[in-house]
Amino acid sequence: MTAVRQESGRTALPSVASVYRSRASVELKEFFRQRESVVFTLMLPVLLLVVFGAVLDFDLGSGVSFTQYFMAGIIAAGILGASLQNMAISIATERSDGTLKHLAGTPMPKSAFFVGKVVQVLAVTVAIIAVLLLIGVVFYGIDLPSGGDWLTFAWVAGLGAAACTLLGIAISSLAKNGRSASATVTPFALLLQFISGVFFQFSEIPTWMQTFASFFPLKWMAQGLRSVFLPDALAASEPAGTWELGRVALVLALWCVAGLVLCVLTFRWQDRGSR
Amino acid sequence: MAAVADRPRPGDPLDPDAAISIRGLAKRYGAFTAVDGLDLDIHRGEIFALLGPNGAGKTTTVEICEGYRGRDAGEVRVLGEDPADGARAWKARLGIVLQSGGGDSQLSVRELVRAQASYYPDSRNPDEVLELVGLTEKAGVRSRALSGGQRRRLDVALGIVGRPTLLFLDEPTTGFDPEARRQFWSLIRSLRDLGTTMLLTTHYLDEAEALADRVGVITRGRLAAVSVPSALGGRETAPAVVSWTEGGARRTEATATPTAFVRDLAARFDGEVPDLAVARPTLEDVYLQMIGEAGR
Repeated sequence: MTAVRQESGRTALPSVASVYRSRASVELKEFFRQRESVVFTLMLPVLLLVVFGAVLDFDLGSGVSFTQYFMAGIIAAGILGASLQNMAISIATERSDGTLKHLAGTPMPKSAFFVGKVVQVLAVTVAIIAVLLLIGVVFYGIDLPSGGDWLTFAWVAGLGAAACTLLGIAISSLAKNGRSASATVTPFALLLQFISGVFFQFSEIPTWMQTFASFFPLKWMAQGLRSVFLPDALAASEPAGTWELGRVALVLALWCVAGLVLCVLTFRWQDRGSR
Repeated sequence: MAAVADRPRPGDPLDPDAAISIRGLAKRYGAFTAVDGLDLDIHRGEIFALLGPNGAGKTTTVEICEGYRGRDAGEVRVLGEDPADGARAWKARLGIVLQSGGGDSQLSVRELVRAQASYYPDSRNPDEVLELVGLTEKAGVRSRALSGGQRRRLDVALGIVGRPTLLFLDEPTTGFDPEARRQFWSLIRSLRDLGTTMLLTTHYLDEAEALADRVGVITRGRLAAVSVPSALGGRETAPAVVSWTEGGARRTEATATPTAFVRDLAARFDGEVPDLAVARPTLEDVYLQMIGEAGR
């Protein structure tokens, strides 16, 4: 009797939008309640800004301090952490601990998982940028962008975060678990930060390292953000002599496409070893 | 014997009324054949326990039914549909408790069950589910703070909050202490009373005997036997073993007529027979014999 009532009581599946909301809420709680992720992803860039801002306060010419230059770089590095590093490590962890397999066995639309992750990346990215700007303005006299620079800021950050999120999801499929993802991605991200114009001026870096950095998104994100934070007079000290915003958009868009293709080809809901 | 007729033969048509109907199922991993021609029907409303040694094909068979794995040959229908098609509406009628539960979530027990409920069309009230599995007092706690047994009950809560017609339980009580296992059994029985069909895999034969309406034994990717637990391997007609002590030595006798044998013994001893015991083969005895034969 109960069995019959159980089956006839079925109603329509919940709307996709309501599952998206549910997953977004889950992902926000998962990130902001985990001390390690908040410290490493959110607080590390803040700490670096505080230390570099206090120590490396020299003049770059045209009355611009290195802190102003560093602001662009540390925001780019913050976006990289919120998207690529965060996605690669968290999804690899969730794959190896069975969370993904569990979700794949429910009627949750698969797209809802990715929507939840995108909402998480957006929230963390906005939080990092807001905190860095606040500290920069209050303690280090950073000049905020003006007028059309905000628009550039928005598309460079948005496109960069999109490319790095897709890339992070793709990389998660290569790692065995969260720890091995972290062990691979964290040093590589640090390396990129050193050679992409985050901690040092990009123009001071040897040409072959500049060339290597040019294959990856971080260099282009930092360059695009320098056009936002630095006066146009300083574009002359860029390797190309200009901000190359068209090329910034092109490279980041290509990484979006490449990342998406890699995600589609490699994404797995289960551990490779399980059977 | 109903238990024998219950088992489909190779080539039989799929049973449209069964919760799960499997014909000629085969699955290979490279050179290793995990499932090798398996035929099985699981009826609606029953608890079916799948037994077998590690590597015999239990988990592969169950995961094909759950839609996690493809198959190389054969036909499978789960609640009338091919799991390989696995649409959302079909998944909404299943509950899956995997062998290993999820990881360390930052969400509380209640938040996890609520999130799970949000994926289903006709979910149970999360607080009622927590009451049913006995986790009401832990509702506000994060999952990593739970003990192993509580964690497993959370896995069951997540498996049943969608009001499944068919519930898969893969080794649900591994690592439980005896008391926790008894509590878990009564939870499973109350789910049966609600009309839920269950496919259970377990290494514990007492668990299969206590819960299952029928058991199936898988060895080397094939179903070696299907039966009610009390009749597995001809257990109910197998010779009983009578043992006693006589002249300072332990004596045993296997006999098809234990009552008559004991009557004779009693006459011979003129009173109590020292250390008398009459034993039927346990489920474990016949199971070990079955998998032993398959191994040779």
